[in-house]
Amino acid sequence: MNEAPLFREPLLRTPFHERARALSQLDSFIPWNGYTTVDVFSTVEHEYFAIRNASTLYDLSPMAKYRITGADALRFMNRLVTRDLAKLKPNRVAYAVWCDDEGQLIDDGTVFRLGESEYRLCAQERQLDWLLDSAIGYDVDIADVTEAIAGLALQGPTSCAVLKKLGLTGVERLKPFDIGSFALQGTALTVSRTGFTGDLGYEVWMDPRDAEGVWDRLMAAGHSRGLRPLGSRALNIARIEAGFLLPNVEFLSAERTLRVGRERSPFELGLDWLVDFEKGHFTGRRALLAKQRDGTRRRLVGLDIEGNKPAHNALVYSARSGRKEIGSVTSAIWSPTCKRNLAYALLDAPYVAVGTEVWVEIYLNSELTWERRMRSARVVDKPFFAPERRRATPPADF
Amino acid sequence: MSAAADFDCIVIGAGHNGLVCASYLARGGRRVLVLEAAPEVGGAAITREFAPGFRVSAGAHLLQLMPRSMIEELSLKSHGLVFAGEDLQTIALSSDGAPLTLDAGGVVGLPAAERTAYSDLMAQLQRFGRALAPLLNAAPPRLGTSSNADRLSLLKLGWQIRRLGRRDMRELLRIGGMCVYDLLQENLSTPLLQGAMGFDAVLGTNFGPRAPGSVFTLLCRMAAAANADRMAPALPQGGLGALSNALAASARSSGVTIRTDAIVQRIRVERDRAVGVTLASGESISAGLVVSNADPKTTFLGLLGSEHLDTGFVRRVAHLRSRGLSAKLHLALDRLPPFRGLDGAALGGRLLVAPSLDYIERAYNHSKYGEYSAAPSIEITLPSVQDPQLAPAGAHVLSAVVQYVPYALKGGWESARAPLVASLVEQLDAYAPGLRRSVLAAELLTPHDIEQQFRIFGGHWHHGELALDQFLMVRPVPGAAQYATPVAGLYLCGAGSHPGGGIMGIAGRNAARAMLARAA
Repeated sequence: MNEAPLFREPLLRTPFHERARALSQLDSFIPWNGYTTVDVFSTVEHEYFAIRNASTLYDLSPMAKYRITGADALRFMNRLVTRDLAKLKPNRVAYAVWCDDEGQLIDDGTVFRLGESEYRLCAQERQLDWLLDSAIGYDVDIADVTEAIAGLALQGPTSCAVLKKLGLTGVERLKPFDIGSFALQGTALTVSRTGFTGDLGYEVWMDPRDAEGVWDRLMAAGHSRGLRPLGSRALNIARIEAGFLLPNVEFLSAERTLRVGRERSPFELGLDWLVDFEKGHFTGRRALLAKQRDGTRRRLVGLDIEGNKPAHNALVYSARSGRKEIGSVTSAIWSPTCKRNLAYALLDAPYVAVGTEVWVEIYLNSELTWERRMRSARVVDKPFFAPERRRATPPADF
Repeated sequence: MSAAADFDCIVIGAGHNGLVCASYLARGGRRVLVLEAAPEVGGAAITREFAPGFRVSAGAHLLQLMPRSMIEELSLKSHGLVFAGEDLQTIALSSDGAPLTLDAGGVVGLPAAERTAYSDLMAQLQRFGRALAPLLNAAPPRLGTSSNADRLSLLKLGWQIRRLGRRDMRELLRIGGMCVYDLLQENLSTPLLQGAMGFDAVLGTNFGPRAPGSVFTLLCRMAAAANADRMAPALPQGGLGALSNALAASARSSGVTIRTDAIVQRIRVERDRAVGVTLASGESISAGLVVSNADPKTTFLGLLGSEHLDTGFVRRVAHLRSRGLSAKLHLALDRLPPFRGLDGAALGGRLLVAPSLDYIERAYNHSKYGEYSAAPSIEITLPSVQDPQLAPAGAHVLSAVVQYVPYALKGGWESARAPLVASLVEQLDAYAPGLRRSVLAAELLTPHDIEQQFRIFGGHWHHGELALDQFLMVRPVPGAAQYATPVAGLYLCGAGSHPGGGIMGIAGRNAARAMLARAA
C-alpha cells in the first residue's frame, strides 16, 4: 500500500485518504502516528453535532495494531497489561493500560480477543519494541498489522441503523465491547461495539483493499441518517465529554519522558479500576503496590468551571489569590451537549475530592487582546456525558 | 523465616561461590542446602580425568584471586587445601628468541630502562589496585537513593581514589576507560613484555587489547589480586577440584547439607516470593530464601522465568553480554615438553603465547567473524610439573586457555574440533619443538562445551562480560546489583554479580552478608 520509501513521503496516506481528500472542504489535515489525517472536514460544530444527533465516520487506520497469537497469548497479555484479561472472553474487547517496571504508563489501548489464543492490541503509539521484549520467555508470535487492517469508527445514535441498512443483519445484537464478524457481498467485516465518543457506536475493521468500497457503501447507507465524515477536532470534544484520556495530552508515555516526575501512573490518572493485583505478576506490579502503599501525590480530575470560556492550558490555584499553584488543566472544552465549561486537570492530592472548590486562571484572546480571568471551578465526577443509548441492546432505531 | 520450610536457604549450584555463600550463611546460623546438578561439587573448578591416568583442572586452572583471609576464615587448609606451587612466575614465550620471565615486581633480561619502566608501571597499577580493592568486598552502592549506607559507600570510593594523591588520581581517571594497547605503548617498548601484560587485560574477556575499557579489566585484576593479597597465581595440589572439595568440606563442617546430581528445574514462586525449588526429578524443596549461583540468564530466564519479572528487567538480562571467547585445551603428554629456553623448574610457571599486542589483537579479529585464529594467544600451565600425581610417572599434563575461540563457529563446531586441536598442537610445537610427537590424548572445550558442561549460559567464565557497563552497581543489571533480585526471597551469589568471576569467592561472601543483613 505504502510502497514509497518513508523519506520521500514523511506522512503516509491511509486507505481512506482519497475519499477523505474528496470530502474535505477546508483541506485541514494533521499528522497522526505517521499518517496524514483530517482535522476538520467542514466545521467543528457540524461534525460534533452529528456525533450526538446522527452519526459520523472517522478514519481509525493510523491506530497501531498488533496481532498476538500462540499458546501463551493469554499469559503474555496478562503480564503486559495491568487488568485481568483472563476474564475477557473470545469476541470481546477490553480497555487496558500497560506500564513500565516503575509502574508508569506506557500507553493505553483496546485489547480484542479474537479467539482462544489470538488477540489484537490497538494503541495510540507504536509498541512493537515493548511487545517483543515482553515476549521473551513466552510462546507467542507478535505481528505489526497496522498496515494490514483498515478501520472506521461509525459513531452516533443512528450508527446501528446505518449498519442495518448496510445489510449487517444481527448487528443490533452486539452488546457494548462485543465483536461480530459479517460478510458484505463477499467483503469480510469485523465490527466491534467500541468507540471514543461515549455514544452509541461501532468500529468497523477490514482489509485495506476493501476500504474505499466499504466507505462508499457506508456513506450511501448513512445518507438518510445524517452520516457525516468526522475530523479529529470534533471527536476531541466528544471524547472529553465521554471521559476518555488522550495519550500525549493527559499523559506522556514513560518511554518518552526525559524529566523525572513527568511520567504518570494509572493511579494518578484515575485508572485504579484497571489495576488488578490479584491476577498474578504483571510488569510494574511491584512498583504499583509500592505506589498504592505510599499514596499518589496528584490525580487527574474533572473540573466544572464557571463561565463559558474553555480553560485551555490553564494553571489551577487553591484560592482566588492565585498564590498557591496546585496543578494544571490538560484538556478543556465548552461542552455543547452538557452546556458546561469542562476540563480535566491534574491536581495535587489534597484538592482532588469531588466538590472541592479550586480557581482556574484562564487566558482569553479577545480580538487580539489577551485578558486574564480567575474563575471558580469545582471538582466533579467523570464522565461528563453518558447517555443510556450507548449501552442499550438492541439500540433504539433512531 | 518460616519454620515450616525444609531449609532456611537453598543455594543453587556448588561452584566455589555457591559453597562460599553456603558456608557464610551456615556460620550465620542458617540451615543451608546446596544443590548441585553435576555428580561432584565445584562447578567450573573441578579436576577430572580426561585420558587414562591424566587428570586436569577442567575449567579454571589457576588460583590467585581468592583472598587469603577467606582461605583462613573457612579453614580451607585444615579441610585439605594444599598448594603444589605458589607465586608462579609468568613466562612470555617468544617464537624466535629467549623467553621473558616476569612477576609482579619486575622482569629480567631486558635493558635497565625497560626494567624500570615495567616496575614503575606495575607499582602504579598495584597502587590503583589497592585503592580499589575495598570496593570488592561489599554490595555495590546504589545510585540515586537516599540510603546513608549507599552514600557512605560512594563517599568511601571517592576518598580511596582521592587518597592516591593528585598525580595518581589523575592518572587513574585518565586511563580508566582507555585501551590497554595505548597504555602499554605509552609505558613500554618491548613487544614481548607488552604482549604478556596485555594478555592479562583481556584474559577471559570478549575483546582485544585495542578495545576501550581493556585497562579497566586489568585494574579489576589488580584490585582483586591486591584484595587477595596474592600477586601471582598458585596451583592447588590435585587441581582446582581440590579447592572445591576443601570448600565443600568446610561448608559441611559448618552444617551445610550438599546434594549432588540434584538438577534444579524451577525456582518456585508463591505470592511473589521465592519459596523453594523443584528438581528435575520432580522433588520439591522449600526454603525461606533461595540463592542462585547460576549465571543471571540461567537464573532469571531459565530457572525463574520472565513471568515473575518486569519487561524492562528481562530486557536488561537478555541484553547482558555473556558470550565466552575462551576455550580450554588439555593435552596428555608422554614426556615434559621441550619449551625453548626453559628448564624443568621454569616449566612449572605460567607460560604465555602472546608475543605482542598486535598478535593478540589479530587473534581477536577472527572471532568477530565467527572464526578461530590460526595464531591464538594461549595461557599454558603444566600442573604435573609441581603436582606429579596428575599424570602417570614421567608423563605430563598440559592445560591451556586459548583465546579467542568463538561460541558459535561459522559452519558449526561438529567438524571443526579436530582441525582446531591440530592447529593448536602445531602452534605449541613451534614453541616446544617435538611436542606434537608426545601427545597421547587431547581434549578441547569450546565456549559452547563450557556452556553445556558447566551450565553457564554463553560459556563465559565471568557469567557475563566484565566491563564498565556491566560492573559495580550495574552488574549484572540494575535491579539485581545488590545480590537481592526483584523477586523477594531470591538472591544471586555467582560470578555474574559484583565483583565478577575468576575463582574469587567474593560474590558468594558478599551475597551471604547481604542476606544475613536483610534477615537480621
